[in-house]
Amino acid sequence: MALSKELSYSEAAVLAVQREMEADARVVVLGEDVGRGGIFGQYRGLQQTFGAERVIDTPISEAAIMGAGVGMALAGLRPVVEMRVVDFALCGMDELVNQAAKNRFMFGGQGRVPLVARMPGGIWDASAAQHSQSLEAWFAHLPGVVVVSPSTPQDNYGLLRAALQCGDPVVYIEHKTLWGLRGEVDEDIAVPLGKAARVREGNALTLVSWSRQMQACAAACDALAAEGIAVDLIDLRTLWPWDRETVLSSCARTGRLLVVHEAVQAAGFGAEIAASAAEATGCRIARLGAPRIPVGYAPVLEAQSRVGVEAIAAAAKKLLG
Amino acid sequence: MDSSTSGAGEALYRTMVRIRAFENAAETASQGGVSAYGQQAGGAAKVRGPLHLSTGQEAVPAGVCAHLRTSDYLTSTHRGHGHTLAKGADLTRMMCELFGKATGFNGGKGGSMHIADFSVGMLGANGVVAAGLPIAVGAAHAQKLMKKSDDITVCFFGDGAINRGPFLEALNWARVYELPVLFVCEDNRWSATTASGPMTAGDGASARAASMDIAATQVDGNDVFAVHEAAARLVNEVRGGAGPRLLHALTYRVKGHVSVDLAAYRDPAELAAALETDPIARTRGHLLSAGVNAATLDAIENAARDEVDTALAIADAAPWPDASAAFTDVQTTGAGQWH
Repeated sequence: MALSKELSYSEAAVLAVQREMEADARVVVLGEDVGRGGIFGQYRGLQQTFGAERVIDTPISEAAIMGAGVGMALAGLRPVVEMRVVDFALCGMDELVNQAAKNRFMFGGQGRVPLVARMPGGIWDASAAQHSQSLEAWFAHLPGVVVVSPSTPQDNYGLLRAALQCGDPVVYIEHKTLWGLRGEVDEDIAVPLGKAARVREGNALTLVSWSRQMQACAAACDALAAEGIAVDLIDLRTLWPWDRETVLSSCARTGRLLVVHEAVQAAGFGAEIAASAAEATGCRIARLGAPRIPVGYAPVLEAQSRVGVEAIAAAAKKLLG
Repeated sequence: MDSSTSGAGEALYRTMVRIRAFENAAETASQGGVSAYGQQAGGAAKVRGPLHLSTGQEAVPAGVCAHLRTSDYLTSTHRGHGHTLAKGADLTRMMCELFGKATGFNGGKGGSMHIADFSVGMLGANGVVAAGLPIAVGAAHAQKLMKKSDDITVCFFGDGAINRGPFLEALNWARVYELPVLFVCEDNRWSATTASGPMTAGDGASARAASMDIAATQVDGNDVFAVHEAAARLVNEVRGGAGPRLLHALTYRVKGHVSVDLAAYRDPAELAAALETDPIARTRGHLLSAGVNAATLDAIENAARDEVDTALAIADAAPWPDASAAFTDVQTTGAGQWH
């Protein structure tokens, strides 16, 4: 029986890939720098264990990494393709959007593309406009893919294993600043795709978020609890398919919904949740995301793109007022 | 081998003639003027949307695919009917797919531009120029890793594709990992409605392959025997583990970019000169002079026309996909959440 142990978000990911590689010889990893462990240590030790043929260092060729992943999947492998950061995944966009996501449908189900595309997202301190984006809404808009964004080591372990087992193309967005986050990981806990987590329970309002923004939301909930406001905090975990049942039943009960994400608010995935909740429950709704600006370099500029604890608490109180 | 005087020569001829007959019929059906039975259809085209014809280029897939097994993989372009037929796909199911019918290879979900038959290793035509190249190296990479056989992957692409990044990335990838992949550039001289020459620096596909240490062979792509002979050697080398190879076949796109494009932008003299080297007429002449009976070749042509006529009738009568099929084969995870 596996014991619960404290791991970082990054170590949890390594363990997940390792377990899947042990269980299934078809699982391979390909990407830049994966042989020396990945730029965030999220593949550390895997090449030593499984060899350079299964943990494949590649040229800086995002289109070929993603496209080769599609070809490998069609030929019977289950590739994990590493994009370094979500911003660079855009160099492999045709291969993801037109090839991986569409293959199964446009060829009438003749082939399947069980690949997991890992593309770390979100604001990475002082990394400016091309290394700090949150693009999950782009991918959630894309029929044919699953979109996952874990916020804890346990979820990163469980969701990555589930992603590798699911058989559909998965866009797997880990947060660039969560890699060092430590937490208990129990190997026996499975985390299914498409199932949200209730992180705090309360009846005053429903708060939905994901990825690193969960930390600010949890802190805001603690501050609100000190004022006697009990929030139902939901970590979405999977953006597509998203857990409508958990979110909408909470909204129906509380009558109020606040969605918070790090991505630009305009046309963000929060809009999808807000509109769905409005249609299904008629609840009061507010959204919080970044202004529609590129992420700046200087601290004062970068801060303009961040959604902080105080803003979340203030938005919650306004919704209650 | 001397394929011109053997049964292999007739087989190459048959493959080319079937491709030509299939595409001629598809072209007619795309214009909506004639139904499967030769009557005025008086309505919408039977083959809808963009139809990219490979008329005049038949020698390349015929000559290359003659050396392939069902278990070899093939990736294709938006101009993929010839590749698909030459790889062994059923002609009738192809026509059904072009008609958008449920009995087509893709159940009507893909049409001409996404024609595919995975059961014979044909992994799909592609609506994006150069998109098949990275997929091909991935399939070849899997073949190498799985070490089950000496199967290979063949990747067809056009001269326009060599100006896209994925071409460069895929060739580099194939060489770096020494993959069992044969790249086949069908150099038909046109990139949609723009001549490729003025848009391409240097000497084209073979020169770019050579710059990445991938041995390239240039061949008259309208001479099916030359293609067949060159492909025999290259396929053999790739199968033997020599790493990637590139075949640069010089051919010509007789039709416009799509079936409704009359290519008025093109110098008629250029087309006339190209028609002088039509691969099917050339092959017929060659086989006749080699002693093959004209009746034998006529029979091959008649059989192809009959086969296509039957396919048209079957495709015409075949059922449309059920509307519910729009919601299947999207993804399993979260199925039912698309509304």
